[in-house]
Amino acid sequence: MLTALVLLPVAAAIVVMLIPTRRREIHLPLGIALSVMPLALAGYLFSVFEPAAGFQYVDQVTWYEPWGIDWYLGVDGISLPMVVLTTLLVPIALAASTTITSRTKEFVIYTLLLEAGMIGAFLALDLFLFFVFFEAMLIPMYFIIGIWGTERRVYAAVKFFIYTAFGSALMLAAIIGLALTYASQEGSPSFALSDLAGLDLSVGSERWFFAAFAIAFAIKVPLFPFHTWLPDAHVEAPTAGSVLLAAVLLKLGTYGLLRFNLALFPEASVDAIPIMAILAVIGIIYGAVVAIVQPDLKKLVAYSSVSHLGFIVLGTFALTSGGLQGAVIQNVNHGLTTGALFLLVGMIYDRRHTKKIADFGGLQKTVPLLAGFFLFMTFASIGLPGLNGFVGEFLVLIGSYPALPSFTVIAAFGVVLAAVYLLWAYERVFTGVPDKEENSVLSDLSVREIALLVPIALLIIVIGLYPKLLLDKITPSTEAVLDNIVEQTDFVVPYPGRMADVYVADEG
Amino acid sequence: MADLLWLVIALPLAGALFLHFVGRYVKEPISGWLASAAIGGAFVIAAIAAVPFIQGGAEPRTIPLWEWMPAIGGSFELLWDPLAALMALVVTGVGTLIHVFAIGYMHGDERFHRFFTNLNLFAASMLTLVLAGNYAMLFLGWELVGLCSYLLIGFWYTRPTATAAAKKAFIVNRIGDFGFMIGLMLVFAVFGTLSFAGVFERAGEELTGGMATAIGLLLLVGAAGKSAQIPLYVWLPDAMEGPTPVSALIHAATMVTAGVYVIARSAPIYEFTPFASTVVATVGALTAIWAASIALAQRDVKKVLAYSTISQLGFMFLAVGARAYIAGVFHLMTHAFFKALLFLGAGSVIHAMSDEQDMHRMGGLRRKMPVTATTMAVGALALAGIPPLAGFWSKDEILAADFARGGWFYFLWIIGLITALLTAFYIARLWVLVFMGEPRWDEEAHPHEAPRVMTLPLIALAILSIVGGLVNTPFRLGLEHFLEPSFEGVQVQEAPTDWLTLAVLAGLSTLAALAGAGAGILAYNRPRERWRRFEESFDPLWGTWEQAYGVDDLYGRTLVLPGRRLAEVTAFSVDSKVVDGAVNGVGRMVRNAGDWARPLQTGFVRNYGVLFLAGALVVVVWLVAGA
Repeated sequence: MLTALVLLPVAAAIVVMLIPTRRREIHLPLGIALSVMPLALAGYLFSVFEPAAGFQYVDQVTWYEPWGIDWYLGVDGISLPMVVLTTLLVPIALAASTTITSRTKEFVIYTLLLEAGMIGAFLALDLFLFFVFFEAMLIPMYFIIGIWGTERRVYAAVKFFIYTAFGSALMLAAIIGLALTYASQEGSPSFALSDLAGLDLSVGSERWFFAAFAIAFAIKVPLFPFHTWLPDAHVEAPTAGSVLLAAVLLKLGTYGLLRFNLALFPEASVDAIPIMAILAVIGIIYGAVVAIVQPDLKKLVAYSSVSHLGFIVLGTFALTSGGLQGAVIQNVNHGLTTGALFLLVGMIYDRRHTKKIADFGGLQKTVPLLAGFFLFMTFASIGLPGLNGFVGEFLVLIGSYPALPSFTVIAAFGVVLAAVYLLWAYERVFTGVPDKEENSVLSDLSVREIALLVPIALLIIVIGLYPKLLLDKITPSTEAVLDNIVEQTDFVVPYPGRMADVYVADEG
Repeated sequence: MADLLWLVIALPLAGALFLHFVGRYVKEPISGWLASAAIGGAFVIAAIAAVPFIQGGAEPRTIPLWEWMPAIGGSFELLWDPLAALMALVVTGVGTLIHVFAIGYMHGDERFHRFFTNLNLFAASMLTLVLAGNYAMLFLGWELVGLCSYLLIGFWYTRPTATAAAKKAFIVNRIGDFGFMIGLMLVFAVFGTLSFAGVFERAGEELTGGMATAIGLLLLVGAAGKSAQIPLYVWLPDAMEGPTPVSALIHAATMVTAGVYVIARSAPIYEFTPFASTVVATVGALTAIWAASIALAQRDVKKVLAYSTISQLGFMFLAVGARAYIAGVFHLMTHAFFKALLFLGAGSVIHAMSDEQDMHRMGGLRRKMPVTATTMAVGALALAGIPPLAGFWSKDEILAADFARGGWFYFLWIIGLITALLTAFYIARLWVLVFMGEPRWDEEAHPHEAPRVMTLPLIALAILSIVGGLVNTPFRLGLEHFLEPSFEGVQVQEAPTDWLTLAVLAGLSTLAALAGAGAGILAYNRPRERWRRFEESFDPLWGTWEQAYGVDDLYGRTLVLPGRRLAEVTAFSVDSKVVDGAVNGVGRMVRNAGDWARPLQTGFVRNYGVLFLAGALVVVVWLVAGA
């Protein structure tokens, strides 16, 4: 089933490829229709997934035996939500791209290939295979930014590509190094995560390997100070690119840290807690402070991502039940909320052809529905309880405190700053009287646009009020990550960091 | 009935959802009546469910709903005890009256149904706050009322002052929430849960004095934000930009008392930290006198009431900080009656005067609006603390309890007594300036009495302001017995028990009230030039009060502006020049090196592949050699 999930978007891309270029009106609708299939399959996967530790629906086929490379896919509670999120956002991103009129066919193909890469990367359990997907994603995204972006698109695309490729090269080296070490210990090389996790590494080399992986993922997240490619890429990318970049691509960084760094290098992970926590907290505060004064709406949302993803990294390296659950659920939440904010910024851009905050004012009067959705997403992003962002942030903050008290306290201030930059932006863009001629004649959301936002809004509310839906599936896997670290190292999760520590009142 | 308690939240929530999606198709007064029915229904259910507590002997109950965040002990669960019941009754009871009043007040507004959507949403949020069975769910309600406050302050979104005030309210509250959240982190770290039952049962075993103090002070930070205490009160006067029913409901009767509620609810924690409790009381006393002095000199009728609310909330803090929890909650209730009445009365006046709020341009309105004038007089007397009106009993109980506590609290008691005098003065000034003397408004203003849909709630609140205090008098401690189960096992500071002390204390606060009110009437019930000269004779003090001590300006210069500068430097110098500059610098370096190595660029992908692999190999060798 998982192989089918990876290959469906590829098949869809091939189908679109077969449609002649001159039938340009067909490509986008067809792409949207076809991209619903992976969503349906992922939805089915979600419904049949058993809440249990370990990987399910494993597909393992030998790919290149001499090097021990396998086509090796599997899903657990950490990757499952990301796969569903990816398959949900691709049709939405495509359907938001009706303003793309040149080279539509290529655009649809690239987006579908990107989807295959993203799904593959989340499902891969063979490090080489993971690397292939991780790299394969870069190419379609490079073209999406470089071809359909705005003025400085080439600069942004090249910067994005080179920066991430640099990190990937480090990671590739580390992956090969791990396989060779495995070969020297066991006789034949292997790239399987399960094999490599059992490797006996010296402290020194484990730290080097950890660093190579961590830098690759830190660039992707991005963690301060590796973040400057992100605002450029976001500002120049077309809406679909921004949505998928923020919602899914960045998550490969946080996902990678959780999936690979913690599993492969438990000892080094424990040693790296202070460094990762410092970077996470700097990211939270720094990203928020920089976001406050951004003159460009899209850049503001981009920097808010830097801030929000810091919470995920903090929760990951707190190594507590709450922290890890919060990190995984926040991966989804940020994807939904920020994805929706980029959609909305795109909708504004489609109407006004500007993203400069100063160009707006009083839009609530002319486009009340758009304003309403924007305010909703704003509060989801601020972490208003009842909506999804709160569940993630609160789990991370309350859950991380027992392990990392001072870092968590500083991180909590990011919650104040989030209100500052988002509400100030909302005030300047939407409130007041529309005093510019261009702002008083805009049309409100179309049915198509509403249809794109409603599913996201519903999920935001459902996760906010009933996160059990996700947490039940996530928890066994995050607990397994913790168990593994506790077994492999002498790390002790401080009270009350484990779920078993949570006090439950006696009945009666 | 307690099993149906969720309906208390669900009814107004359903009202909000219905009006949100269908409201625009519902004709004007009907949407208002629907919203009023929703919250009125909630009142009826809460009242029926509260009957066992009134009869006495009923145990508090926890009603689990569904799981939320099990890893940190947060779930959806309700706690139904007398304290929750009292809060729910105040919120729904006063809330219903204000909803009905708003039907008249908001008449003709183009977003009429939207107003009631938000008002119902607020009611649901506030009820979530007071019925929550754990700190996580309490925080949910806590933040949602903040959202509603934001939406309703900024309801007239085309007014820049309104939207700025809304944003300010939310952000200042968030600063308080920052402290509050750290407090919750500590609670979880100590107890391994956020549920009230789990925390309060084991407070004695788990809490050290230092930890109790830390948690107590951090909860105070949150409470000071929501309940507008020093130093976070600055958002509340600005919040008067919202429609007046909002000021009455959210910014006087209910939401702003959430901080008092949280401290009373957390009494089992404050039990172990006399220090934090004393800080609570001191902050309350200082806020009370500080805000009362500002209220003296305000010209805007709503600003007087706003500062008065801050001051009265200070009284409540003074109570709960002195462990006089019942007195604090008692004052919370009576204040909800008479302050809602005063705000709605002010709303009636503003409505009649076509949105005029400056008292210098009012005067002589008692003939034009007799019902408003009479009911507001009742509210004013109740606020002033003239016996036997509601405010007298509750304020007197607070002062008596502080006196009984002794030590440092003698000092706070004196501050309270002076504040009582100032309170009576400013509210007398307000009433006289609005209703007595010569008319100072333009001929074309045509003030008129409000329609019945507005005057009936005024009359109801006036009755409550008269008799509301009788639920707890030294002669019959009804409320005290009612609330006892909520404060079981907690020391509660009571008023002195000997009748002589009680009589002297009551005499002193009555004297303060009479003196203040008398002075206010004497000073203002005369021609304009005379009272103008009276005010000027206090300069420069009067001007300082009128400018609210310039605190907003101070915060602007010391916090907001430097903060913005810092953000600008970080964004436009550090981030784009230093951090990104380094990245682009490396890029340039590589390109320059590339110029030198141009012959390597053959354009063949396979050559690049070989180089890439070679580079990777070097790193591999290095890593393996290290291993």
